[in-house]
Amino acid sequence: MTALTQIARAPERTTTPGASISLHHLTVTYPNGFTAVRDASFELDPGTICALVGVNGSGKSTIFKSIMGFVQPSSGEVKLCGLPVEDALKKNVVAYVPQSEDVDWNFPVLVETVVMMGRYGHMNFLRMPSRADRYKVDEALERVGMSAYRKRQIGELSGGQKKRIFLARSLAQEGRIILLDEPFTGIDVKTETAIVGLLRELRAAGHLILVSTHNLGSVPEFCDQVVLINRTVLAAGPTAEVFTQGNLERAFGGVLRNFQLGGPALHQDDDARRITVLTDDERPLVFYGDGDSQRSDKSGA
Amino acid sequence: MSEGVLLSELLVPFSYGYMLKAMWVSALVGGVCAFLSAYLMLKGWSLMGDALAHSIVPGVAAAYIFGAPFAVGAFFTGILAAAGMQFVKLNSRLREDAVIGLVFTTLFALGLLMASIWPTSVSVQTIVLGNILAISDEDVVQVAIISAVSLFVMLLLWKDLMVTFFDESHARSIGLNTRALKVVFFTLLSACTVAALQTVGACLVIAMVVTPGATAYLLTDRFGRLIVISVALGVVTSFVGAYISYFLDGATGGVIVTLQTLLFLVAFYFAPKHGVIAARRRQRVATDEVTT
Ligand SMILES: Nc1ncnc2c1ncn2[C@@H]1O[C@H](COP(=O)(O)OP(=O)(O)OP(=O)(O)O)[C@@H](O)[C@H]1O
Ligand SMILES: [Mg+2]
Repeated sequence: MTALTQIARAPERTTTPGASISLHHLTVTYPNGFTAVRDASFELDPGTICALVGVNGSGKSTIFKSIMGFVQPSSGEVKLCGLPVEDALKKNVVAYVPQSEDVDWNFPVLVETVVMMGRYGHMNFLRMPSRADRYKVDEALERVGMSAYRKRQIGELSGGQKKRIFLARSLAQEGRIILLDEPFTGIDVKTETAIVGLLRELRAAGHLILVSTHNLGSVPEFCDQVVLINRTVLAAGPTAEVFTQGNLERAFGGVLRNFQLGGPALHQDDDARRITVLTDDERPLVFYGDGDSQRSDKSGA
Repeated sequence: MSEGVLLSELLVPFSYGYMLKAMWVSALVGGVCAFLSAYLMLKGWSLMGDALAHSIVPGVAAAYIFGAPFAVGAFFTGILAAAGMQFVKLNSRLREDAVIGLVFTTLFALGLLMASIWPTSVSVQTIVLGNILAISDEDVVQVAIISAVSLFVMLLLWKDLMVTFFDESHARSIGLNTRALKVVFFTLLSACTVAALQTVGACLVIAMVVTPGATAYLLTDRFGRLIVISVALGVVTSFVGAYISYFLDGATGGVIVTLQTLLFLVAFYFAPKHGVIAARRRQRVATDEVTT
């Protein structure tokens, strides 16, 4: 796994102009009549890592699916790089790693073939890989630390390893926009740290990354923007402004485990400061004081 | 001396024009069907081939009634059936197998009804059992065109179809038009089912579009190789099957499918990685390691 962050890479593109996502009053109603997202709007620019945060069923995956055009908005619109979704997809600008892969794990393809599928959009219509394509696949596998598994059949991997392969495929795809739906669930802390390092590199190269997560503690560590949702956008903007105790309590209601340590429980003296620990999943979020200054717990849960 | 006689006996089928024709037409059809089988059996759509073959009957009956080429009628009902299945599936919560069953029995019943109302118009026997040994030159042309076009299209699109069937959302993210690809695939499947009807008949089409792919699946973990193995199996078994049927004086379809099944059984037991015997041996080795 150490290989993951240490690989020295030639910087490919310092800026990828125009990688943007904009949701404009998006409303999505499923065929059963349930409106999962109502009137959601936000804008994201290149060179950003944005966290999409909300409770189960708040519509995170629904937003990803509408960005990919898999569900049609009943009103409002999504634009990618200023283009309607269909056109943007044809230009191969978006790489998407779904929450759970809806694939047949018995399919007779090797790990390296799956990663190569990320390159198809860059090849001619016969999909004959060039040397550059092979190189990109090697590199992507190396960056997620899965080179040793390249000749395995895709089903012969653990859950976390499978996730890393699909992440590698999105790296090989070189989409200017990268959508990751809960990439950290079922992933060990070491891999998570490595993936976060990878996302930072991608951001530096000008990619726009939208990532949903329940690990509130790691959000301030690597995300510069946050979108808080609960069936609509509650708050969106820079992490420091949006990711506050007040907003989080609004987004999560009573769902969050909220521990407040203060006064005699913490100190013997009469220090009035408090520590608030908010936790949704593995990584808790810690507020020192009354919630205006924040720092996350780096050590994990 | 006796060897010479035996050899010339064995070469007899090659001296008859109709046998030569039967052998190469079967091989062609067997190859294309095997190509498609690689995809069908992976998606759990194996019964789709069977369903299409039965759904085609009313189209064939109608073609006879109107004096149109039989492939045309069959082809359109094939498309109709595939589209019908998609329509019912998208607009209900029924599972795939129920949808396939519903659509194909409806069309098959319609076909039988038409055949009984206009009894002279169609020989149900020919559709159900196929008769490659008596195939007319016109039909040979039809079958050859269908197979050649299908083969060509599949060679161009096999990777796109692989991504579409493996991971549709990824296929869309790289800009593939997955709906169009599926339409192309089912169109080819309908066309090839029509071709296979003539060689092995409606009842055995299912074997042609399942068995070679299933056998190859046991032999490899790479999709490209799977296709090559599958097509090779389809071509060889169909050619040899047609050849043997000369000596057995039996239905060609029966012989071809029997051969395919025999090869499947061999792979089932002896495949190096996924075979029954290899799996047992690995288990034994593992237990030995634990106990010693
Ligand atoms: N296909 C569907 N048909 C009807 N309703 C759906 C469908 N998919 C999701 N929903 C509903 O839409 C809401 C939002 O679902 P979504 O999957 O977007 O949630 P999420 O924020 O990703 O949750 P999680 O954190 O559990 O992944 C949920 O209430 C869910 O029940
Ligand atoms: Mg989700």
